[in-house]
Amino acid sequence: MNIEEYCGIWVFLEHKDGAIVPVSLELLGAGRRLADKRGVPLSGILIGDGVKGLAAEAITYGAETVYVYDDPIFYHYRTESYMRAVIACVEKYKPEIFLYGATSTGKDLASAVATDLATGLTADTTMLDVDAETGLLEASRPAFGGNIMATILCKKDRPQMATVRPKVVKALERDPERTGEVIEEPVELREEDIRTKVLDIVRHTVKKVRLDEADIIVAGGKGLGGRAGFEMIGEFAKRIGASVGGSRDAVEAGWIEHSRQVGQTGVTVTPKIYFAIGISGAIQHLVGMQNSGLIIAINKDSNAAIFQACHYGIVGDAFEIVPMLTEAFDQALREEVEHG
Amino acid sequence: MAEKFDVIVVGAGPAGTACAYTLAKQGVSVLLLERGEYPGSKNVMGGVLYRKMMEDVIPGFYKEAPVERPIVEQRFMMLDKESATTFSYKGMEWGKEPYNNFTVLRAKFDQWFADKAVEQGALLINETVALECIVKDGKVVGVRTDRPEGDIYADVVVLADGVNSLLAKSLGFHKEFKPDEVALAVMEVLKLDKKVIEDRFNLEGDQGCTIEIFGDSTKGILGTAWLYTNKDSLNIGVGTMLSGLIKHKLKPYELLEYVKTHPMIRPYIQGTEQQEYLAHLIPEGGYRSMPKIVGDGVLVVGDAAQMVNAIHREGSNMAMTSGVIAAETIIEAQSTGDFSEKALDVYRQRLMYSFVGEDLKKYKDATHHFEKYPHYFEQYIPMINRAASQMFTVDGTSKREKQRKIWQGIGTVGDKIKIARDLFQAWRVMK
Amino acid sequence: MLHIVACIKQVPDTKIIKMNPKTNTMDRSSAPAILNPYDAHAVEEAVRLKARYGGKVSVVTMGPPPAVKAIRKCIEIGADEGYLITDRAFAGADTLATSYSLTKAIEKIGTMEPIDLIICGKMTIDGDTGQVGPGIARRLDIPPLTSVNKVVELDREVGYAVVHRKLEDGYEVIQTTLPCLLSVEKEINEIPYSTLPNMMRAARYQPVIWSVEDLGIVDRTKLGLKGSPTIVAKVWPPDKPKGGEMLQGSSEEQVNRLFSILMNKKELFHKSGATEEGGVQ
Repeated sequence: MNIEEYCGIWVFLEHKDGAIVPVSLELLGAGRRLADKRGVPLSGILIGDGVKGLAAEAITYGAETVYVYDDPIFYHYRTESYMRAVIACVEKYKPEIFLYGATSTGKDLASAVATDLATGLTADTTMLDVDAETGLLEASRPAFGGNIMATILCKKDRPQMATVRPKVVKALERDPERTGEVIEEPVELREEDIRTKVLDIVRHTVKKVRLDEADIIVAGGKGLGGRAGFEMIGEFAKRIGASVGGSRDAVEAGWIEHSRQVGQTGVTVTPKIYFAIGISGAIQHLVGMQNSGLIIAINKDSNAAIFQACHYGIVGDAFEIVPMLTEAFDQALREEVEHG
Repeated sequence: MAEKFDVIVVGAGPAGTACAYTLAKQGVSVLLLERGEYPGSKNVMGGVLYRKMMEDVIPGFYKEAPVERPIVEQRFMMLDKESATTFSYKGMEWGKEPYNNFTVLRAKFDQWFADKAVEQGALLINETVALECIVKDGKVVGVRTDRPEGDIYADVVVLADGVNSLLAKSLGFHKEFKPDEVALAVMEVLKLDKKVIEDRFNLEGDQGCTIEIFGDSTKGILGTAWLYTNKDSLNIGVGTMLSGLIKHKLKPYELLEYVKTHPMIRPYIQGTEQQEYLAHLIPEGGYRSMPKIVGDGVLVVGDAAQMVNAIHREGSNMAMTSGVIAAETIIEAQSTGDFSEKALDVYRQRLMYSFVGEDLKKYKDATHHFEKYPHYFEQYIPMINRAASQMFTVDGTSKREKQRKIWQGIGTVGDKIKIARDLFQAWRVMK
Repeated sequence: MLHIVACIKQVPDTKIIKMNPKTNTMDRSSAPAILNPYDAHAVEEAVRLKARYGGKVSVVTMGPPPAVKAIRKCIEIGADEGYLITDRAFAGADTLATSYSLTKAIEKIGTMEPIDLIICGKMTIDGDTGQVGPGIARRLDIPPLTSVNKVVELDREVGYAVVHRKLEDGYEVIQTTLPCLLSVEKEINEIPYSTLPNMMRAARYQPVIWSVEDLGIVDRTKLGLKGSPTIVAKVWPPDKPKGGEMLQGSSEEQVNRLFSILMNKKELFHKSGATEEGGVQ
């Protein structure tokens, strides 16, 4: 492989419900920074059915070129069809760096693509940088349950690929003045070449919470002692319009469902306010919430690691503090109603 | 059809494993059941392993077993509030083969020992709890475990399931222990740099040291505290009679915290990092509380048989010896195929003739004796410390005058006679 | 007969692993080696499919000789056979090299008894990548299906399966040809307490152990460190948080102080309360 032939930064543009997903826009922001440092172009690759219109959107967020595969065969995401489009495009244009959101689609696709291209793929990256001279991508990620951070390089193969966690890098401000090129790529796939079929998509009728989109999260841990503790913080969360999350211990104990787990093996969250109640602050939890705007910790144990990671801490019994806090909000609400 | 073994051993501690090892080595089919994730995972011991009894099972074991340090020095510390009188023996003969004792971490050692039994052909099943003995026509014929399809059969079941042996209890071999028959030991493993340990305890290379601490370490409750050196950690613990804790309204960890912050102990453990905390019941009743240990198709070994010498804290070696004797008894019984209580009673008889029985008999009154006379701890140790302090304080008083003062300090003539009587009794109990 | 192969890995229990603060390396002795929890669910799902359709479950792993322990754990769950590929040549493999080695082992297992389905756990808890499963599927040129949380039906004769793939807000129903590879979520099943006969079988079980030589034609440049495009350039401890302000005083005073801090962000709080259902199951 002659790595000199490979040039430019690419972002896989994932979309959902007619819009590019936030992590892809974030990656355009990160990709822009890398591309500028290297002095190379930033491109996006967009695959779907009736998605051409989204290409312009990607350009307003920093892409200079968007390669589009628009065909009914891409109506649903399927590893086999998307993978073939991506591989064809990579082989044609040879990017040096290729970033995907670390979503279930992004990870699925990147794993398959990396195998066929026989190149390196770093999973769940949380920090990205590039060496301006060599073009080496420095992809850093937590490893071993968040106990260490590791920087991964891919020296001899191209493109250097990474999946990047949502919310770890910032998107650029949308700028309608930005211009770029949209290139439609030919689609040579036939339905009978694809061995999987999406028979149906079932959406949960109750809108599931998206913890990663919540402004306020009230999270509980082992210190809550059981479901009763979670009912208590649930009550508080309801009062202030927050979402409820939990630590791994709480999830494993079955006090709260897995989809609400915050941390290394759960979701990464960046709410404006994060309450950590009865959470000791294991490193694998901290990596999932440390970028929150305001972190408030309540724990009995004054030595709990969470107090090192919070903005304000209260050493005390959650079962005493939380109801008092709930009451304080209630009262404020009552006063507001009375006076205003 | 559930599988049948020659022998099922319940519990893979030192007693159960020694038994299973001995049986398997002779080609007996043996199932070793362990409730913990692995042997040793639920164990806490003072941390001393006696070479002699272990070598009876596996000669030269120390060449490959995960022992921590051979003990070259044993210190005894009599502790008062702000003073301590220590005497010790250190001998280089203990630092080389065949050694005397070793410090061990049970979590590592028990696992190794059980692996040896497996090498001999024993089948080890972890994470499985024996719920009860299966009894047929008054005879124990197997074990019911907590697993689906969990019944398993054998000619003989050996109960080595620890001090609170549920199985022995369910067979009516003993009642619930009384608080004065059990000690509660709490222990911590404290991480400390190898080099620092060697400097602090005056040791060279791999050598180890044990300190047994009496007196204020238990706030006057019958019991002892200890501090042992492992390779790169210390083992600190305190064991007291449950009855004493109840009487003094003390929680065990409070006592351990007290020991750790005692001005005489504190310097030893400075800069350590707590690794593990464990609490464990230890039978301390000795000979007098030994339950029934033989039945039709069943033997009880180790802690489950209250096989602990309260004075010398030698639980694990007695446990091992009991396991070996049980195994030998079973092997002999196999020749006749008679596993009745009468045939297996050989085990009890031999045990009583061995050092285990002899020691237990000899010290049978010790625990109860010290329990009855708490002033051994409450008065005499402070007294010894006062005496030592007076003796060694350089203040211009003559040695003769000092001795006079010490003698006066002991109290009235009546006190002196009482002390003499107490000490004589203690000597009789201990000798 | 339905033949299912589950890919598993022995991993250090990262939940309790300790780090050496001086060298930034893991103190491996501090963490017992366990069967990767996600893989346990993969094996359980294979065992359930065997119970439903009849057949055989094989497990395969790459690792050092002690990984036999993880295979035994799979036998406890109900797997029939276990294969360990172990060789110095495999050492230092990243996900690409790992998928290559495992594929070679799977191909060999397949020559003895054709394989209908391969099941992997979602990811390992030490690597956290989830890349090896899809990699194997690509190398074998069979469809990879990740995030699977239900196997609806499977027909070996006709050669198809229907599964659910988890989405963020629901699931998709997918039909695939067989053989295929599934990466399963933990929620796909619950692992019951193993039976005593399975425990005994596991304790006695000796897996098949293969070195590189046993795998037939192998491109050695694709193995281990040599076959791994990615390298770990450096490791460092995560940033130590600085610590926040501890509120002082009685509980009441602390709550009042916290409340006034929160009121600075008043606009965030809903006046009328809840927008979502509670989080308790």
